[in-house]
Amino acid sequence: MIMQSAEKVKTHHSSLNKNRRWFAYCYLAPFLCIFLVFTILPVAISIVLSFTNYNVFEIPKFIFMQNYLNLFLNDDEFIMAVKNTFIIAIFTGPIGYFASLLFAWFINELTPKIRAIMVLLFYAPSISGGAYMIWQLMFSSDAYGYVNSVLMYLNIINEPIQWLTNTKYMLPLVIMVMLWMSLGSGFLAFVAGLQGIDKTYYEVGYIEGIKNRWQELWYVTLPNMKPQLMFGAVMSITASFGVGDVTMALCGFPSTDYAAHTIINHLHDYGTIRFEMGYASAIATILFIIMVGTNELVQKALSNVGK
Amino acid sequence: MKLRKFQLYKPQIGRSLVGNTINFITLLFFAAIMVLPMAFSISNAFKPLDELFIFPPRFFVRNPTLENFANLSSLFIDSIVPFSRYISNTFFLTIVGTIGSILIASAAGYVLEKQEFTGKKVLFKLVVTALMFTSAVTSIPNYLIMSKLGWVDNYASILVPAFGSAFNVFLMKQFMVNVPQSILEAARVDGAGEQRIFWRIVMPMVKPAWLTLIIFSIQALWGTTGGSFIYSEQLKTLPYALSQIMSAGIVRTGASAATALLMMLVPITVFILTQSNILETMMSSGVKE
Repeated sequence: MIMQSAEKVKTHHSSLNKNRRWFAYCYLAPFLCIFLVFTILPVAISIVLSFTNYNVFEIPKFIFMQNYLNLFLNDDEFIMAVKNTFIIAIFTGPIGYFASLLFAWFINELTPKIRAIMVLLFYAPSISGGAYMIWQLMFSSDAYGYVNSVLMYLNIINEPIQWLTNTKYMLPLVIMVMLWMSLGSGFLAFVAGLQGIDKTYYEVGYIEGIKNRWQELWYVTLPNMKPQLMFGAVMSITASFGVGDVTMALCGFPSTDYAAHTIINHLHDYGTIRFEMGYASAIATILFIIMVGTNELVQKALSNVGK
Repeated sequence: MKLRKFQLYKPQIGRSLVGNTINFITLLFFAAIMVLPMAFSISNAFKPLDELFIFPPRFFVRNPTLENFANLSSLFIDSIVPFSRYISNTFFLTIVGTIGSILIASAAGYVLEKQEFTGKKVLFKLVVTALMFTSAVTSIPNYLIMSKLGWVDNYASILVPAFGSAFNVFLMKQFMVNVPQSILEAARVDGAGEQRIFWRIVMPMVKPAWLTLIIFSIQALWGTTGGSFIYSEQLKTLPYALSQIMSAGIVRTGASAATALLMMLVPITVFILTQSNILETMMSSGVKE
């Protein structure tokens, strides 16, 4: 009798497990299929295509490392693009990241209603989609551009400055607009993370001898926010290396002397205009390696915060 | 009626009045910088033509008018589609994309977090890696895949990749860590099937997370121009119309400001309505080491 009921329990359990496994596969399947086809597969195709010469109409021809050699040795615009992208990324990435952190920390001190309004004000540029085109209007090159007209009214300059077509001003302007847009999902993660820290940690800190808010930040707040810090870093790095739309919208495509040409612009140039898919895939693969590599490095660095 | 005391800062140890004041003034200053261009754009949308180009430019509008909005439909009068078509296209894309994306991401997030299967860790590591590069990197192979599938000039080319967003799955999975295993076990012991557990127990518990996904999805889909995939005029979206108006030059400043205002309205409204839920989700959004 006991053996029989034990067997019943065993078969019931294995049918339960089968049920669970079916459920798991069915519910994971839609995402898994789409993810494989539209995220994993393209990366794989990109890497494979980067070793070929492909112009969509003919079958790809293997030319091995020729694309990469051309990129680094023969292509001045690519070197320019890499330089520009790194300049933009170095300024926008860390500064945007620390600004998000700092403002989130400042905002955290306010009472809930005011805090909600402030969060909205700071997050507004990121949320409004194409709002960065307003900057195009403000820095317009004729006398009606708002910055030009204010400067002329104050008699600082006599003629309108060609902001967005002057190679000297292009990069700083792009960096400024990117910083303006940099308070995105990382910022929200920080605001949320700050609210989620247990109050007792602060009290313990003050008992232990922390004197002011800056010490509190380094010793209590930041170590408790490490997962959010990492998430914010990933978002920030990805966005700053992925700059492309903003430069196209503000400075034109191509920009004067390629002074605001980024890697993504170069990618679009060779991919969608010249249809040299192999070459463009090589650029894409390099960008992929840069993005993922930098992210991994920063993750390792961030795991040491507060130690 | 009891009057509530209006407080900016709660009294706390380690915080002086001076420190709080500097804090608030700095915040106000930067908040103004953040909001300035958008406030400017909003006021531009209501300016009649003569005020738009006053030299030096004025910030506030003297004689507000709605003629810029009225002009929008007449601007497109000789194009193949009426202006309202762009708006309805964008609504369609946003709503369908958001609903589908949330359902698929929740399902995947639940399975990744609460179910066991081979390759679970690898898959999640892949999802995290997918956060680390933008879609521009895969834009070319994506185009090739789309054309092989025949989805060029079809909404599937925008909707299906949106359904498979790694970011959404990441957020859902992280939030589901907060769903205690014990509740699920109790439900199983009580005889609930897996499907019922998912829809009746888990989904209501992760409401803040799908509200967050709603806002992020709406933001992304509302601002999509269809890029390289959409060609026929009937399918084009509002941001595309906006970029057309803006590229028409300085003549259309009023109309472009009106369109920009329309575009801003929806994401900001949704954000205001769901803000507290968003913050609750982002609390669990961290990347663990």
